[in-house]
Amino acid sequence: MHDLFFYLFAGLALLCGFLVVANPFSRNPVTSAMFLVLTIVSLAGLFVLLHAFFLAAVQIMVYAGAVMVLFLFVIMLLDLKEEVRRHFKLAGAVAGVVAVGALLALVGRAVWSSGLGAQLAPRAEGTTPALGRLLFTQYLLPFEIVSVLLLVAMVGVILLSKKDLR
Amino acid sequence: MHVTLEHYLVVSTALFCLGAFGVILRRNLLVMYMSLELMLNAANLALVAFSRYQNNLNGQIMVFFIITVAAAEVAVGLALIVALYRKRQTAHVEELTRMKS
Repeated sequence: MHDLFFYLFAGLALLCGFLVVANPFSRNPVTSAMFLVLTIVSLAGLFVLLHAFFLAAVQIMVYAGAVMVLFLFVIMLLDLKEEVRRHFKLAGAVAGVVAVGALLALVGRAVWSSGLGAQLAPRAEGTTPALGRLLFTQYLLPFEIVSVLLLVAMVGVILLSKKDLR
Repeated sequence: MHVTLEHYLVVSTALFCLGAFGVILRRNLLVMYMSLELMLNAANLALVAFSRYQNNLNGQIMVFFIITVAAAEVAVGLALIVALYRKRQTAHVEELTRMKS
């Protein structure tokens, strides 16, 4: 059962991730955003399979809820038209594909042949009480610093979106 | 085939490379930004998988912080893109090559 759901969610995540990057049917950024939402939801499914229940909920709420709504707002605010096809720099594209493909082959092969998972049994449970206890004891200072970071981001965004930016 | 840690890591690597493809190949600022989010999510998946299989919750705390910082980063980045669009009327990176207009 676990295996079946793993292949389902992993396949969905990879397929939708591909459609975010290179959709053969549409060059519209809104389509990319919708497929990114699907990728994020299937990643949340993978988190559930890894027993990280709290993070799965946070992933859905923060990413699929808040971040993607922000993306869609900005796309509609900018009123982007369908991207016109421009002359494609073939040399650059080929170089990029080769470089990233080589990275994928290298890291994928290294991970696959490492034998990391053979001797490890999955045990950690990412339940809310366990994570909360860790967050408010050992990681209390980073937690507070992150709240300051969110305040800084908020002030920065308000400043940036003023009418006459200088 | 029984699912082990390696399966999750291979999926994470593939997602990361897809994101890198997007950043390299697409020329629309917003789509490039979405590809960056894809790369961040791939890293999150690797961290959660390691955390589960090493029986160590610190990895999941790390993911929690990454999600928070990514949310702040998205807000600031999108505000910058909107400000840039107001000045130049384009979201295409090859038309944004000068710092002064």
